[in-house]
Amino acid sequence: MRLREAFESGKFALTAEVAPPKGTDLSHVMEEVEVFKGRVHGVNVTDLQSSVMKMGSLTVCHLIKDKGVEPVFQVTCRDRNRLALQSDLLNASALGIENVLCLTGDYTTLGDHPQAKPVFDLDSVQLLQAAVKLQNGEDMAGEKLEGNPKFFLGAVVNPGADPLEPQLIKMEKKIKAGAQFFQTQAVYDPSIFERFMKEASKFKVPVMLGIVMLKSAGMAKYMNENVAGVFVPDALIAEMKETPKEDRPKKSVEICARLIKEMKDMCQGVHLMPLGWGKHVPAILDAVGL
Amino acid sequence: MIIQEQKPFDEILQSLEGEEKIFLVGCSLCATTCQVGGEDQLKEMEGKLKEKGKTITGWIVLDPACQAVEVKKKFRERKEEIEKADSILVMACGGGAQSVRENAERIKMNKIVHPGVNTLFQGEIIRGGHFEERCSLCAECVLEQTGGICPITRCTKGLLNGPCGGSSNGKCEVDPERDCGWDLIYKRLKEIGQLEKMSELREAKDYSKLMKPRTLILEGDKK
Repeated sequence: MRLREAFESGKFALTAEVAPPKGTDLSHVMEEVEVFKGRVHGVNVTDLQSSVMKMGSLTVCHLIKDKGVEPVFQVTCRDRNRLALQSDLLNASALGIENVLCLTGDYTTLGDHPQAKPVFDLDSVQLLQAAVKLQNGEDMAGEKLEGNPKFFLGAVVNPGADPLEPQLIKMEKKIKAGAQFFQTQAVYDPSIFERFMKEASKFKVPVMLGIVMLKSAGMAKYMNENVAGVFVPDALIAEMKETPKEDRPKKSVEICARLIKEMKDMCQGVHLMPLGWGKHVPAILDAVGL
Repeated sequence: MIIQEQKPFDEILQSLEGEEKIFLVGCSLCATTCQVGGEDQLKEMEGKLKEKGKTITGWIVLDPACQAVEVKKKFRERKEEIEKADSILVMACGGGAQSVRENAERIKMNKIVHPGVNTLFQGEIIRGGHFEERCSLCAECVLEQTGGICPITRCTKGLLNGPCGGSSNGKCEVDPERDCGWDLIYKRLKEIGQLEKMSELREAKDYSKLMKPRTLILEGDKK
């Protein structure tokens, strides 16, 4: 079932995420994708995540689609101007890639090429608008297209942002601009998600809870200190800390399953970000009966 | 105000390699405020260059360096000292350095011009020697919609439709010391009862207005 159909039929939607390699060796990505096959409705492919130079999202989307997996093409505004972004949206369409997740993108200096020229010609809202315009048969300049693309447009939101109101204002703008579903930043505290969904559910657009697999107490602390709006409660950090290294994947699966169980009734889907631990994703889904 | 800082002295020295006689140019406006091209700094530069075996044929603080008439007038007055020099070291912004080169050339005082400062940004003087960027000269002012706080400048990514996911507790993802521009805008709009402005969709910027080099000729000065 395609991602769009999952939402339309009211099914609880599942997506997982892979990151393209730095280099040309796709074996790890393909192994993970094989594991996800048949278990999720879509697989996100990140776009130079954290501003680190890697193979592009579009190529990997195409290759995993060939393996029978539905890709979600992540597009950021950091590296391409409106010409290149619109062109890549047409490229995606030509390759039969329908799901596009529109993001602003991390700032260049956070990555491994801090000297690069940041683009940000468009922002995520304007990128969504551009995609809708293309669907309607014209480009941002108002020029008519020969053949229109068709997209299922996603966007992101950060439930843990403080203050939350600016995030909600922007979320509503993304919907006005054309967003048909949302994937959230990682949430580890159900009360934060509840507070967010209380406001966000009024928009009547499906929201997929973002879950990043915890790998260690150190990683959790790092996220608390360095990733905006991500808050891993002390109790979870302690749980990871007490777990010997070899048991951590199991513990991580257990925590993810617990979090999903606690929050799944508040939202319309889950987006799993295993960060290389893709092989453990089926265990999470088994544990929650999805 | 054009905010600028002196280039490292070694870099300046390297650019003057093979030249012995130097004429120094400063500027009475921004370069003086930024303490790179005022009388004091020119005297200091004269001393340091002399120590390195250079001869300073003279120096002048133009008022200002970016004005053609001023450069031509003062250069004619100081013709002798300038002609004696192998080159000119300009302790003023990139605009000033080019104005000096261009206008000296126009009055047939064709000298090699070296830049002595790096030009940083158009800034506000917070106090004394503390400068901050507030305007990016984007040619399409949006302050009316953003509570008088510029998103092009204050938001690191220059976003027009609100904060990105990297905004946290009022700070920017690139640096926990840096205010999130959109958090400032949000708070200001809320304070002045105009938060609805944040909900309006903003079109992509027209970058054709930033095509370089830009020129403006007022009506009365058009031929």
